[in-house]
Amino acid sequence: MCECCGNGQKDIYLPQMATITKHRMLNGTEFYMHLELDSGKELGHTPGQFVEVSIAGLGEAPISISSSPTQKGFELVVRNVGSLTKAIHKLTAGQKVGIRGPFGSVYPVELAKGRDLVFICGGIGLVPQRSFIRYVLDNRKDYGKVTVLVGTKCYDMRLFREELAMWQERKDMTLMETVDESHDCWDGNVGVVTTLIPKIESDLPKSLVLVCGPPVMYKFVLMALSEAEAPAKNIYVNLERRMKCGVGKCGHCQINNLYVCQDGPVFRWSDLTAVPEAI
Amino acid sequence: MSVSKLNKQQFGQFVDAILAAGRKVVGVVAKNDRFVFNTLKSAKDLRLDYDVTILSPRKYVLPQVEPLLTFEVGGDAKSVKQNEPMILLGIHPYDLIAINQMDELFSEGEYDTHYMDRRKNITLVACDVAKASKNVFASSMETAVADKGYDILITDIGDAYLLDAATEKGQALMAYAKGAAAATAEDLKKRNAIQEANKTGLNKHKLNCKPSYLPKLMETAYNHPVWEEKARLCYSCGSCNQVCPTCYCFDVQDRVNWDLKTGTRVRCWDGCLLENFATVAGNHNFRKDRSARFRHRLYRKAKYVPEKIGGQIACVGCGRCVTACTADIANPVTVYNRLMEERTIG
Ligand SMILES: Cc1cc2nc3c(=O)[nH]c(=O)nc-3n(C[C@H](O)[C@H](O)[C@H](O)COP(=O)(O)OP(=O)(O)OC[C@H]3O[C@@H](n4cnc5c(N)ncnc54)[C@H](O)[C@@H]3O)c2cc1C
Ligand code: SF4
Ligand code: SF4
Ligand code: FES
Repeated sequence: MCECCGNGQKDIYLPQMATITKHRMLNGTEFYMHLELDSGKELGHTPGQFVEVSIAGLGEAPISISSSPTQKGFELVVRNVGSLTKAIHKLTAGQKVGIRGPFGSVYPVELAKGRDLVFICGGIGLVPQRSFIRYVLDNRKDYGKVTVLVGTKCYDMRLFREELAMWQERKDMTLMETVDESHDCWDGNVGVVTTLIPKIESDLPKSLVLVCGPPVMYKFVLMALSEAEAPAKNIYVNLERRMKCGVGKCGHCQINNLYVCQDGPVFRWSDLTAVPEAI
Repeated sequence: MSVSKLNKQQFGQFVDAILAAGRKVVGVVAKNDRFVFNTLKSAKDLRLDYDVTILSPRKYVLPQVEPLLTFEVGGDAKSVKQNEPMILLGIHPYDLIAINQMDELFSEGEYDTHYMDRRKNITLVACDVAKASKNVFASSMETAVADKGYDILITDIGDAYLLDAATEKGQALMAYAKGAAAATAEDLKKRNAIQEANKTGLNKHKLNCKPSYLPKLMETAYNHPVWEEKARLCYSCGSCNQVCPTCYCFDVQDRVNWDLKTGTRVRCWDGCLLENFATVAGNHNFRKDRSARFRHRLYRKAKYVPEKIGGQIACVGCGRCVTACTADIANPVTVYNRLMEERTIG
């Protein structure tokens, strides 16, 4: 549905419409939706990428794609933090949003084949990681041991609870969860996500480690990983920055010379060691 | 292509003929004791003897507020085209080079049709600098003269103007020039002398290295105390971004019409020195310190943007930021020279 200008070039700022087919609240602040493009085509993303979600009149926001490309349609999870995200929370099935993308770099889906994978997710960081986790589970025989670490601030904010329960049951993966604050209904680990790192059974120096969480989390996780001798070239981080255009023009997302909307959001940690604004 | 010569009266007639044909011309005109680019009404208002304009001609290639889409609130959107044909008349070489850099930036990677469609309809008529402004340092930046990137280049050789039409667009415009003669060898010698003089004479601030050395210089300058020292005085007003011909960062906003049913998605100029340029939800500011924002601007000019456009330095030495900065800290030369002197620190 790309409207073409006279010279046949696509307007990179023009969204295409998508319809919400399913939605629900995952907790008090996170809204899940499943969408399908009105064009009938698939989004065509690779895990790690994001889309710009638009409601005309309120603006656009970069949102990670949470579903695997192995599945029909695509899923987003939106936290209510401002005017646009608040309006997204009010949408219901059958309503439409504008979509641009998919944009950005991808998780190393090919390179990861045959390797042990460790996913470290903090809070809403589970959302983009889930895209790759589900992709791996849908192509399970291609990958080695799969370990998923999930840290959430408090029990009430846990995302995708039914799915986590299913992962917990699976014999072909290890899920470890923790919450920062203890809670009556929680008898699992208490403490920040780094406290789970020593419990990882995969050989960390040889595994690929994928990290996504709030800005404060990276420093501590990367320190713990370095102590566990996970080499920087095997670590991938998924970073957030302010974004406007999503296509490398507006300058908002820059981390020094890098553009998170194009060079990221997924970066190999060894590529960021000389990039002081990264963490 | 050949260089034509018009005496000053013929040149005035040339400009008036273009205007009479209904073409939109934006040229340099006086505003009090300074100069601005504005829609030209008559050749007599044109001031090719200007030193520098307050704002660069950037606003014509990348408007301060530019509609990208029109939409129905909560509904579908359509692309907007804003690409009125226009002649930009009297651009100095440093501003011309800035526009040429922007052309590369908006066409490399993801092709920006909004910018490029407009740009293709603009005819660039440059002119050699006749008078140095108080803060120009184009000679240091090797941007004092241009040998390409223009449709026509005008040089005032005293009693006449030489017009060098370098493209088809430029040639087409020359159809309005009546009585043009071919420039003689003597005329071209005069032009050459003016350009040679500008190569060294537009230099109120002297950069102590070749501009091509700047990316290398910046490699070891990241932790230098100069960022903090200068930025302590910074008001985060963003004036240095506003006046700069090479700054092109933008914000995107939805503006709803009075009917509350329709509206426009616009892009508008933004500035990396403004406090919340890198703020995200949760009030997390990725460039919270003034010094980090101050440093980012000078790194963009000297390293980050050059990496995208084949090494060209994204400061063309127009000196506008030097004039605009109330705190007197924005001058890139002062900072780069300081880094040159103290290459081992940081
Ligand atoms: C690659 C990427 C992936 C992302 N994925 C997700 C995801 O999967 N799910 C999700 O929920 N979020 C995600 N985000 C974050 C999301 O994009 C933002 O939360 C969203 O843009 C907020 O939009 P809004 O219009 O609702 O908020 P706004 O109304 O714009 O503002 C919300 C808050 O942001 C801050 N803010 C915004 N603009 C300014 C400003 N000009 N000055 C000062 N403060 C400002 C303020 O604190 C304000 O309260 C992602 C971001 C990136 C870059
Ligand atoms: S013009 Fe000067 S004071 Fe204003 S933001 Fe730029 S450096 Fe700071
Ligand atoms: S940084 Fe200053 S001198 Fe350089 S091009 Fe921009 S406004 Fe002109
Ligand atoms: S979001 Fe505009 S440059 Fe990356």
